[in-house]
Amino acid sequence: MAESKIKLSVRKATKHYGAVTALAEASFDMREGEFLTLLGPSGSGKTTLLMIVSGLTQPDGGEVWIDGRLATYAPPHKRDIGIVFQNYALFPHLTVYENIAFPLRMRQMAERKIAEEVMRALDTVQLAHTAKRMPRELSGGQQQRIALARCTVYRPSIVLMDEPLGALDRKLRDQMQLEIKHLHQHLGITVLYVTHDQDEAMTMSDRICLMNNGRIEQLGAPQELYFRPRSVFVADFLGESNLLPGTVIESGASLVVEGPGGLKVRAMPSPDLGVGARVRLMARPESLRLIGPGEEADNVAEGTLAEIVFVGGVRRYYVALAGEAMLTVKELTDAGAAARSPGEPVRVGWEAGRTIALPESAGSSP
Amino acid sequence: MGSRAHDSTAGERGVLAVSVASASALPGAARPQSRWLAAWPLYPLIVFLVVFLIYPVVQLLWLSFTDPSGHLSLVNYTRIATTPVYLQVLAITFKIAGWTTVFTILAGYPVAYLLATLPERRRDALMLLVLMPFWTSFLVRTFAWMVLLGRNGAVNRLLVALGIVDAPVSLIYNFSGVMIGMVQGMMPLAILTMVAVMQNIDATLAKAAHTLGARGGQAFWRIYFPLSLPGVAAAGLLVFITSLGFFIIPALLGGAHETMISQVIISVIQELMNWRFAGALSLVLLGSAALVFYLYDRVLGMSTLSGGAAGSDRLAERGRANILSTGGAWLGGRAIALFGWLCDRAALLWELVVPGSPRRPQRRLARGVLWVAGLLVIAFLVVPSFFVIPVSFTADRFVEFPPKGFSLRWYATYLGSPAWIDATIRSITVAFMTGIAATLLGAAAAFVLVRQRIVGRMAVLTLVLMPLILPRMIIAVALFYLFARLGLVGTQAGLVIGHTVLAVPYVVITVMAVLKTYDERYDQAAWSLGATKWKALWHITLPQIRAGLIAGFLFAFVTSFDDLTVALFITAGATATLPRQMWNDLLLQVNPTLAAVSTVILLLITVFIVAAELLRRRAVRH
Repeated sequence: MAESKIKLSVRKATKHYGAVTALAEASFDMREGEFLTLLGPSGSGKTTLLMIVSGLTQPDGGEVWIDGRLATYAPPHKRDIGIVFQNYALFPHLTVYENIAFPLRMRQMAERKIAEEVMRALDTVQLAHTAKRMPRELSGGQQQRIALARCTVYRPSIVLMDEPLGALDRKLRDQMQLEIKHLHQHLGITVLYVTHDQDEAMTMSDRICLMNNGRIEQLGAPQELYFRPRSVFVADFLGESNLLPGTVIESGASLVVEGPGGLKVRAMPSPDLGVGARVRLMARPESLRLIGPGEEADNVAEGTLAEIVFVGGVRRYYVALAGEAMLTVKELTDAGAAARSPGEPVRVGWEAGRTIALPESAGSSP
Repeated sequence: MGSRAHDSTAGERGVLAVSVASASALPGAARPQSRWLAAWPLYPLIVFLVVFLIYPVVQLLWLSFTDPSGHLSLVNYTRIATTPVYLQVLAITFKIAGWTTVFTILAGYPVAYLLATLPERRRDALMLLVLMPFWTSFLVRTFAWMVLLGRNGAVNRLLVALGIVDAPVSLIYNFSGVMIGMVQGMMPLAILTMVAVMQNIDATLAKAAHTLGARGGQAFWRIYFPLSLPGVAAAGLLVFITSLGFFIIPALLGGAHETMISQVIISVIQELMNWRFAGALSLVLLGSAALVFYLYDRVLGMSTLSGGAAGSDRLAERGRANILSTGGAWLGGRAIALFGWLCDRAALLWELVVPGSPRRPQRRLARGVLWVAGLLVIAFLVVPSFFVIPVSFTADRFVEFPPKGFSLRWYATYLGSPAWIDATIRSITVAFMTGIAATLLGAAAAFVLVRQRIVGRMAVLTLVLMPLILPRMIIAVALFYLFARLGLVGTQAGLVIGHTVLAVPYVVITVMAVLKTYDERYDQAAWSLGATKWKALWHITLPQIRAGLIAGFLFAFVTSFDDLTVALFITAGATATLPRQMWNDLLLQVNPTLAAVSTVILLLITVFIVAAELLRRRAVRH
């Protein structure tokens, strides 16, 4: 993958709507065949970025390169891209066949060739029998697949998808996630995908570009974002996390932070953080465990069990520490485990290698 | 066993308790309220429309099938069928309505497209301009065209001054004059209808077409245009049917060759007093409209009129495809492909002249062209009426443009003439009373129509909207016949009744629209807090829908104030309304007093309509 060529390159793309900055100097590259997801809360700029790549919105500054050619202000029809819209945007007055044939007609392909390509595209999404139907006669999932077939039939350089599964119910969405992923592998297409659903992003993406307030917060593989977040926002947005305020008291080969109530916590070393820096300590609930009286761990906190929540496969313990801090511990359910009850004193232990100190930033406190 | 016996006594005691409770029941608690009774606010309007609309119209039509001795006969119809003049008038009526439809759609489409693709705030502003002439008195507008296009009018003066022509040319009192007036009159209706459909077209479809490789032209012709066709068809139908009944414009802007059927009906009544024959002509007019409806339904399907789902439903009904529609579809497809191709060639040529660059933001030429075309059409709708204002200040005795000198003498003439002042006061009084009557009847009915599930809702709605669907001429003649026997001709009561029939649909539509956005839970909360139905209505509902009621009142007021058709028959010399008085003067001799009167009307109506429109918007937004 590393040697494959750059398909899309966005350089400092910027967009303002009046006084609002929808996108601030966003830059990233996509390689051929990659599946990259723009993830973020609503208003984070992910759709604006996608629209700028598509040419449906013109940026106020910056550049867009598609397949090695400058495309910043080129009209959409000259960009060699395909889009799957959230509501699919299937043409309601054209049959399924004519919908898929549309891009080929626009490219003045011969009628015989069009028929061939359309049927091949329909076969790929296993809907060849719907060729003569009208879009509204299809189910949501089928319309979704037709939209996919329509935007891949002419083999565009990049396929853009704007929350394409947003309108489907949970079960169908899970199924379509896998189908899109398979289609992506099968056709070897390059996909830029927009969603606000982190599970969807994790399931499908090679890389995730997490956005917030018109900026790219972090871009990397799903595991990287999950286990090595670089900001409080990323840690908080993806999955559950324990975030404790603290101050660095020792930096170097190991990082030691003084947390609430004088609790000393060892964390992964970070050269950026000097002694005295205000930080947030981040540890995932599943990295924490309740330990017995004699047991040792890199970090140990003592507190009182405030609440226990049983959610089928997992059990959550909420532990109150001194100084109003609260830790969440997540354990797999075990029928044979000793029963605990709220109010009893407990010890929580976790590893330094599972603890990350994040710079405190004013804007992104949870 | 013992315990079971105990249970059964407890059960009996329960039954006993219930029957005791029912003995001291709350008032009305024992029986469900009758649905028929609950719908009572609807009945006054139904009775009113049955008595003053359905009954007289049916009677007039019935009359047309009798001979002077009162026996059943087709003599009136054989007379129409065997008299070349009447057949000719019918042909002219269809010809004028047809060409009006064609020109209105051609010029209205770009404006509708522009409006439908604008952001809401700008659309609202432009829409107000488009609607303005809809409410400006037909007579004022027609008079304005006479000022503008007459032999001594502004256009001829300009043409002569520029040396384009040697002598003034005939722009009115012929077919072109009728077309100009009719197209202007019908355009707002056409634009409104088309915008309603176009607004439902998903904007992402055009975007999708662009990303799939379509240029602007192809995306428009292959995607947007076919989806907007139901709106075009519906607009065409409404314009055509409404045009069939016109008489003011052909009478004032046309010549002898542009006589339409409504004009003949007027002269049959006014000169011959022949009810039977007028009834027959009315039925021919009605039948023509019904025939057009029927053909429309056969070819396109009536469901497209509602404008709900653009395109899709129409094609769904291809099930009953016939040679006509299949051939039409094939031809249409070819035409669309051709238009798309032509537009793209033009765009390509333009790109050769002004090459686009991926480094610079693109300018959108098509959008600019659309704005220019749209604003030109809107100017055609709005500007001409304002020409009456300068003319009203002329010092000369003739209507001409530019006016000679400056004087207020024509305002003095207007204010000094008992006939004009009486007519003005009468018009305002009648319009005010019509507004009150229509609002009371219409609002009460609207409550029931929105809030209750009543039997035959569609039939009731059709009845309520009937005054809009039926050609006004038929309603007017039918009412004249009824009033003649009731002694209501020439009375203010007669006028108010007639105008209320015409105005009540506007009130019902306006109030229904407001009530649909009103959350009924406010009322339910009020009831639960101890308010009676009347108190809840007075303290909770009415204050919140007040703007809608006022808007309904104003629409009714303007409908009455502007009406000539009913007034034409029901009022005579001494009891004339303002439009009736203007009509007399316009037929006899065009004079600058008319300009002064027109200016007054123009200002009055403009204030009213802007107020009504602003109120309506506020009501719907809240």
